[in-house]
Amino acid sequence: MIFGQLLVGLINGSFYALMALGFAVIFGLLGIINIAQGTFYMLGAFGAWMLLNYAGIGYWPALILSPLAAGLLGMALEKTLISRMYKLDHIYGLLLTFGLFMFIMGTFIWLFQTAGRPYPVPDALRGGWNLGFMFMPKYRGWVVLVSLVTCFATWYAIEKTALGRTLRAATENPMLTRAFGINVPALLTFGFGVGVALAGLAGVLAGPIYTVSPLMGGELVIVVFAIVVVGGMQSILGAIVVGLAFGVIEGFTKVFYPQGANLVIFIIMFLVLLVKPAGLFGYQK
Amino acid sequence: MTMASSADTPQTDAPQAGLPPTAPHETAGSGRRILYVVLYAIGVALLLAAPFLAYPLFVAKLLCFALLACAFNLLLGMVGLLSFGHAAFFGGAAYVCGHALKVWGLPFELAALCGMAVATALGALFGYVSVRRQGLYFAMITLALAQMIYFLAFQLPFTGAEDGLTGVPRGRILGLFDLNNQYVLYYTTAAIFVAGYLVIYRVTNSTFGQILKAIRENQPRMISLGYNVHAYKLAAFVLSAALAGLAGATKTMVVQLASPVDVHWATSGDVILMALLGGAGTLFGPVVGASVVTTLQFYLADSGLPIQMVIGGIFIACILLFRQGIVGEIKSYLER
Repeated sequence: MIFGQLLVGLINGSFYALMALGFAVIFGLLGIINIAQGTFYMLGAFGAWMLLNYAGIGYWPALILSPLAAGLLGMALEKTLISRMYKLDHIYGLLLTFGLFMFIMGTFIWLFQTAGRPYPVPDALRGGWNLGFMFMPKYRGWVVLVSLVTCFATWYAIEKTALGRTLRAATENPMLTRAFGINVPALLTFGFGVGVALAGLAGVLAGPIYTVSPLMGGELVIVVFAIVVVGGMQSILGAIVVGLAFGVIEGFTKVFYPQGANLVIFIIMFLVLLVKPAGLFGYQK
Repeated sequence: MTMASSADTPQTDAPQAGLPPTAPHETAGSGRRILYVVLYAIGVALLLAAPFLAYPLFVAKLLCFALLACAFNLLLGMVGLLSFGHAAFFGGAAYVCGHALKVWGLPFELAALCGMAVATALGALFGYVSVRRQGLYFAMITLALAQMIYFLAFQLPFTGAEDGLTGVPRGRILGLFDLNNQYVLYYTTAAIFVAGYLVIYRVTNSTFGQILKAIRENQPRMISLGYNVHAYKLAAFVLSAALAGLAGATKTMVVQLASPVDVHWATSGDVILMALLGGAGTLFGPVVGASVVTTLQFYLADSGLPIQMVIGGIFIACILLFRQGIVGEIKSYLER
């Protein structure tokens, strides 16, 4: 029972971490609160579903293709719409992505209705391992593994590589970075695409566990908000750690006090805000 | 949430052109003053005549959302704080008022006060942790806090889970007039709306309101002048929450229902759109925005077009093309 819920918590935490990571990348780079992050999660899942049902392309190619498509769509939206918001009050960026969220979700509800569509678990990951104290479905282990590897790779790319250094420089001081001959607007578009693609990847991974539906991801973004507020808005590491922790805490709460499972992360956020308004890994500007 | 809001509105008797007033309000130069007085007179006349032009219950519901949008705009327009959690106060008060009417059998006046009291308390609690952060952080924190109330609405023993509180009795106003009479219902709601609007008008034009505007313009300077900016923001937040609660309590009486839709974050989103579409920088804009959005939701409910898609499209268009909102654009055109 405890281990089962802990595993469910770890799975949820993997999704939380991926989503919060994408969100934090976009916020850190562009200063945009992307409420549509949940939409791109949904689009990632739908992308995989459409590839399978319309083109007969299976899980493994979809795992690459669908996030890529989501990322490209995100880059197109950044180029055409979101980039117009940079000079305005930050609030407009949030409102624009909220409009995008409503519009895209509404369109998908119109086209596909709200009922969930099953997405099969790929053959190679069917079944599970009996660990003695619990049964571990292979696919769930795979999700946790992919999520952890992706999170670590993204963190490494941003904090330790030349590309990451350039990205951080573009955030820190865009004018000076441009003076060095670096195309900052293109970097921002790229960064937005990466953040969105992470949500798309989470969506593809989620397909076989939950069902694919236009409504998926809508509520997820509020949890992501709580995660990045607790983790500290600018902190990539905070997003990953708190994302995983929240999933596990939720799982534990389900064991001991099921009614509180939905509430617990928001109560934690409330308490953290009282004690550390800047978040656990953040600093107040 | 927009999808289900049509369920609150009876489907018979589609409203005719019964939109409430569309007058920019703020006093301008003396030449335009007359124009504004005329527009205001038209507005008041429309407000009085509305139940004869359109379905009274629909207009009454519209006025509840107009009050909610005005209460929300008290924060956005004056202090520059975008709250993404006003559904918590609106819906929280809606539930408490519904419970007080249905289970405790209180008269509407007292039930509405109970609702407002809860909204005020929630406002104080949420405001205390959120006003210390600005801009985007404030929006995110209010949204996440409001989500707690949404979950609570499903889990508390008296809320009726997914169905909400249904068949809430209306009772009598002042112990005399039966609120089941649609005209009594409408004019009661209109009176509450006007009272709330006047409070907001008074606050906007008070010293307190001026200080809030100054904080929006230049917070560090206000701090250096010795103002306790957090206390002022918190006061504005609590006032806004209380008025949102009044709107929610009245809505429960009007549609005889308090449902999870009222506390859902989509309601908070709708309210933002109402204020933005009408004109967040103006006092009257939110009323226009609420009229447009509510009417749109009413008609779209039958059309087969997805409400979210249309609302989202309007949201995007509004932000890209006319950020001042309808009333704001008209006003800046008139005053050019």
